[in-house]
Amino acid sequence: MPHDHHDHLSPSGHPFRKDNDTPLTYWQQMEIAVRELLIEKGHLTRAEIQAQVEAMDARSPANGAKVVARAWTDPEFKSLLLKDASEASRSIGLDIGPLRLIAVENTSDVHNLIVCTLCSCYPRDLLGLPPDWYKTRAYRSRAVKEPRKVLQEFGVDLPQETTLRVHDSTADMRYIVVPARPDGTNHMSETALAELVTRDSMIGTGLARAPSQA
Amino acid sequence: MTSVRVKTICPPGHVRAPYYLRGKTGEIERALGSFGNPELLAYGLEGEEKELYRVRFTMHEIWGDSAERPEDTLDAELYDHWLERL
Repeated sequence: MPHDHHDHLSPSGHPFRKDNDTPLTYWQQMEIAVRELLIEKGHLTRAEIQAQVEAMDARSPANGAKVVARAWTDPEFKSLLLKDASEASRSIGLDIGPLRLIAVENTSDVHNLIVCTLCSCYPRDLLGLPPDWYKTRAYRSRAVKEPRKVLQEFGVDLPQETTLRVHDSTADMRYIVVPARPDGTNHMSETALAELVTRDSMIGTGLARAPSQA
Repeated sequence: MTSVRVKTICPPGHVRAPYYLRGKTGEIERALGSFGNPELLAYGLEGEEKELYRVRFTMHEIWGDSAERPEDTLDAELYDHWLERL
């Protein structure tokens, strides 16, 4: 309601967010100091830093969806993906840097779920920035202790006969789930298929969309 | 399949072997090659290369009777110096 003077809404009706009037933290000061030194000493320019920030912001789950849609339509690519996901991603022109990627496939018998219990490792090159919940203590601890309950809360009721494989991204590898291809998609093009691949379906907390939902 | 047990030691620092897996037994799912030891790299020290493995545990092994479904599995990446061959 635009004119309700609710505690959490500004008079314009937008959610209220406190101004950041607090002093800089130790690490914020450190970041500014290092950045300014790098510029002053000529190692980097402001434009280069900004370009890198923009490149990071530009990465989105569309990259991962492209990989999955190719795997659904090209069996040879799929076997390469499951063998060496970094190489497979590069082979379709994705710039994934030094990323060491493992792809795990959902089938009629197996469902995969990704978590990083120690911090928040995430295949940013393919999925963009991680959702906030992925970094919470609640997700990180519950995904390994009661993953089926977590999946239920995400709206995924895993049949008792399906094996659930949780992958804890503890060290140098990053993971992407290849969700099962939905039924009734035989006629669809690779581009149309990619539209069915959601971010959550590549983390394992969701399934690919049915074509009617797309 | 090679069975391994995660050491039960508790060193301080930037350790990549999660606490909930200490003392648990699993099977090596695949070898990943060698990587600089993050326990040293994190402190700006030269991290000697260590073999890294993906180890698969059953949920029953980790959580005992409170596992949601005992045959479900958990895979984690563990460095060689955290593993004992069985």
